[in-house]
Amino acid sequence: MNQGALSPFAQTALPILGAGSLILAWQFLLPLAGVPAYIVPTPTAIAGVFSRNGSLLLSNLWPTAIEAFSGFVLGNLAAVLLAVVFVHSRTLQAAYFPVVLFFNTIPVLALAPVVILIFGLGMLPKIVIAAVICFFPTLINMIRGLESASPSEHELFRVLSATRWEIFWRLRLPRALPMLFASLRIASATAVIGAIVGEWIGSDKGLGALIIQATFNYQSDRLYAAIVLSSLLSIGFFMTVVAAERWSVRYR
Amino acid sequence: MAAPAIETSGLDLGYTGRRSAVTVISGLDLTVEAGTFLSILGPSGCGKSTFLRVVADLLAPLKGTIRVMGETPSAVRSGRGVGFVFQDSTLLPWRTARENVRLPIQVGRRSLSRMIDDRADELLELVGLSALSKRLPHQLSGGQRQRLAIARALLGEPRLLLMDEPFGALDEITRDRLNDELLSLWRRTGTTVLFVTHSIAEAVYLGQRVIVLAAHPGRIVADHDLRPLKGPDNRCSREDPAIVAAMARMRSALGAAS
Repeated sequence: MNQGALSPFAQTALPILGAGSLILAWQFLLPLAGVPAYIVPTPTAIAGVFSRNGSLLLSNLWPTAIEAFSGFVLGNLAAVLLAVVFVHSRTLQAAYFPVVLFFNTIPVLALAPVVILIFGLGMLPKIVIAAVICFFPTLINMIRGLESASPSEHELFRVLSATRWEIFWRLRLPRALPMLFASLRIASATAVIGAIVGEWIGSDKGLGALIIQATFNYQSDRLYAAIVLSSLLSIGFFMTVVAAERWSVRYR
Repeated sequence: MAAPAIETSGLDLGYTGRRSAVTVISGLDLTVEAGTFLSILGPSGCGKSTFLRVVADLLAPLKGTIRVMGETPSAVRSGRGVGFVFQDSTLLPWRTARENVRLPIQVGRRSLSRMIDDRADELLELVGLSALSKRLPHQLSGGQRQRLAIARALLGEPRLLLMDEPFGALDEITRDRLNDELLSLWRRTGTTVLFVTHSIAEAVYLGQRVIVLAAHPGRIVADHDLRPLKGPDNRCSREDPAIVAAMARMRSALGAAS
């Protein structure tokens, strides 16, 4: 194999060619192989749903996007704040971290019906589920990030008689940002999963509800279109997080 | 006459563990005149870095007394009397060269800031990094990073500069050049320097006075005044037979102690 670096043109062209070839195979080879359209519709059939039922898809995209986004913000904000508290108080960390750890072992799917019971059938329970699913990875990463400054960096700030506040803003927080963003990238996808799972259990709108309805009505082209849209939503969140990371973490 | 830069008596240094204290140096009696360039030479584990940390008030002594410029270490630290240069440059990777140098006026005693705000550029000039002031630390070489760390330590015009093997990770050519730059900075500022190293050649080349520490237990095994060899401005040649002889004496002092 040639192990040399690819030219810039090849680096952009090859992924497009790779995805394109698979889509073409899907479009022409799968029907030839006898896979029925109600199990796997062709890409053109799915694209057809986007043009025919565009407003239906869009009206179901918005609730899911709002739930995922709100859950993402709430869950990560709570995780960051709790990490800050834990890092500054060994006592609180010792007392409550094991509880958080136990809470994390409960599968979110098992928790979802309870959340619905408590918060009803509106958007709020979906936001809560999305928030819960984002919370734990960010908490762990943020604690580790805030603790990641080296001993000599802490000594430097002590020689300068820096206050705790200054150490937090000028050392701990900037040090934690790369690890925070690592978990925000993951959370950008899991928040959408949380919102959709919430919609499965009880909702009449949103991409999750659309997926359930389309499945029971054997509208597989509509089902696949909803799946593609969920994926695009995750990608959108992911790209936003990456852009925020580029803007705020300028070193490395 | 001004108070000595450092005055210790019966000083025990070490670390307090969970059950017991580990003493690294015991019964240290040392007086260092203000303005001196003192080299502290010794093998790993002799407590030379521990000593610097006690002077900088990063660590409390186990026993005995220490006065830094006539005051307690903590009074000197909170009055911004010390600058510290670490072995790893300890530059903040998200700050440009200039912003790293300015860190001391952004934390702690901010009242200093108006007085010395412009000195950041002056110091960058002094260590030859003006052209690179917008670079991030990872875009600089090891030698440039240490120059920057020295500029940062000098920003508050400390009366005492503590250096913990600052050039230990550099290649020899860069190290020799930085040694000369450090001496000219010292001549210009007149600050007292405590320079910790495990290089005999570096200790002798830089110091007006060299104390040699041995390990297990940490103690002073030799104390050499090199001013008669080097004159008041502390200049010497590495090839000077008297300097070579001084290095040989320290090597044998270290050898006899271990």
